[in-house]
Amino acid sequence: MTALPKLLVIGGSAGSLDVLLQLLPELEPQWPLAMIIVLHRKNDNDTLLTELLSAKTVLPVKDAEEKDVLTPGCIYIAPSDYHLLIEPDGSLTLDASEKVHYSRPSIDVTFMSAAEVFGKRLYCILLSGANMDGSDGLQAVHDLGGFTAVQDPANAEVAFMPRHAMNSVPVDKVLNIRELVAFVKDLR
Amino acid sequence: MMDSLRHLKDEDVLVLLNDLLEQYGYDFTDYSFASVKRRLQRVYSADRFPSFAEFRYRVKSDPEYLIYLMEQITVNVTEMFRDPHFFEILRKQVLPVLATYPLIRIWHAGCSTGEEVYSMAILLDELNLLHKSVIYATDINESVLEKARKGIFPLQHMQQYSQNYLASGGQQEFSGYYAANYEYAKFTDRLREKIIFAAHNLVTDHSFNEFQLIICRNVLIYFNKELQDKVLHLFSDSLEQLGFMALGAKETLRFTTVAPLFKPFANKEKIWRKIST
Repeated sequence: MTALPKLLVIGGSAGSLDVLLQLLPELEPQWPLAMIIVLHRKNDNDTLLTELLSAKTVLPVKDAEEKDVLTPGCIYIAPSDYHLLIEPDGSLTLDASEKVHYSRPSIDVTFMSAAEVFGKRLYCILLSGANMDGSDGLQAVHDLGGFTAVQDPANAEVAFMPRHAMNSVPVDKVLNIRELVAFVKDLR
Repeated sequence: MMDSLRHLKDEDVLVLLNDLLEQYGYDFTDYSFASVKRRLQRVYSADRFPSFAEFRYRVKSDPEYLIYLMEQITVNVTEMFRDPHFFEILRKQVLPVLATYPLIRIWHAGCSTGEEVYSMAILLDELNLLHKSVIYATDINESVLEKARKGIFPLQHMQQYSQNYLASGGQQEFSGYYAANYEYAKFTDRLREKIIFAAHNLVTDHSFNEFQLIICRNVLIYFNKELQDKVLHLFSDSLEQLGFMALGAKETLRFTTVAPLFKPFANKEKIWRKIST
């Protein structure tokens, strides 16, 4: 079995799509991590979101499907109405259980699951939003040795979610959009 | 550390799963490890066990706690007419085919608390087919079946269910199917007369009848590939020629060994027909 790649998980809610649209075009073809994006949204057309993000980057973007194996340089979008979990072998599981913080997919669920599997090889960033989701997840990421960051509430479209995380868990970095782009771009 | 974040080690989870198998015969070893671990962790945290050893002792020594734990491990989230378009296809394309049979046999595998089973009974009733139908509704979990048998659901969900029902093409007054009593909605006995609720474990139990329609939505996502294959063969063996099989929105036959036995009937709604034995 090949070793797991490093993993970046980005969680966002209201006001976070624009950040992604600025970030994705900056990533180079050789960007070496696997990326999962968990976005709160209405249970509408998943394909539209994937196409929208796909058009903004040279990296492959796909709807996360059960049993997909995380591959370096590939971006996975958590589908609407399912939680996204990660197995010890780096494959994905979809889960239709209770909403968490009124959300499915929940950012907490994926952060926590990623933390269990990836430990120190994990980076998690929490973006703009009006929800408490993500904070417990960042705590787990921190406890298991991973890296935690939030979008600077001062320039997030909706400050509540990153601010809540800053106030309740240890956050390694607070990043405005420009810093966030530079940080992700340089991950190795 | 916060309560919600108390960690069970992978080894602890394996020990507990082994207990469940050795002592009680419940085999979760081919389930999604991430999902089972998350659910065990939730119980472990919520019930505030001081140590894993105490959690394990409780599971091994208290049969009532085991029943509760089983309910917590398996996912029992469901709603009536969930994914309305799926039920619209059943109503307009699948059930009219089944209407030509003298007796309609349907199996809801992993029916949980029964919301989709009652939805099916409503469809059959409105198409005037219920009188010649038998619905087998099975689950691994006795306590959810007990709830399903009663046909009593929280009243607060009825608005959502009513919207789903209308979106699926229903044209009756949805509230005509239940009697509201305080916080609960009790569905009319007529719907239940043709439903047989029974315990069945997809992992260990065999085929028990032949059906024209099998519905199993959002169950296979919790199984590993080998178990998915095994259960899909069980379904194939339990279907008549040209019988229908319906899976969940994110479930697929791609890369499974039963794929050649089925042809797609409604791609987006995840309905297949059996074409060979």
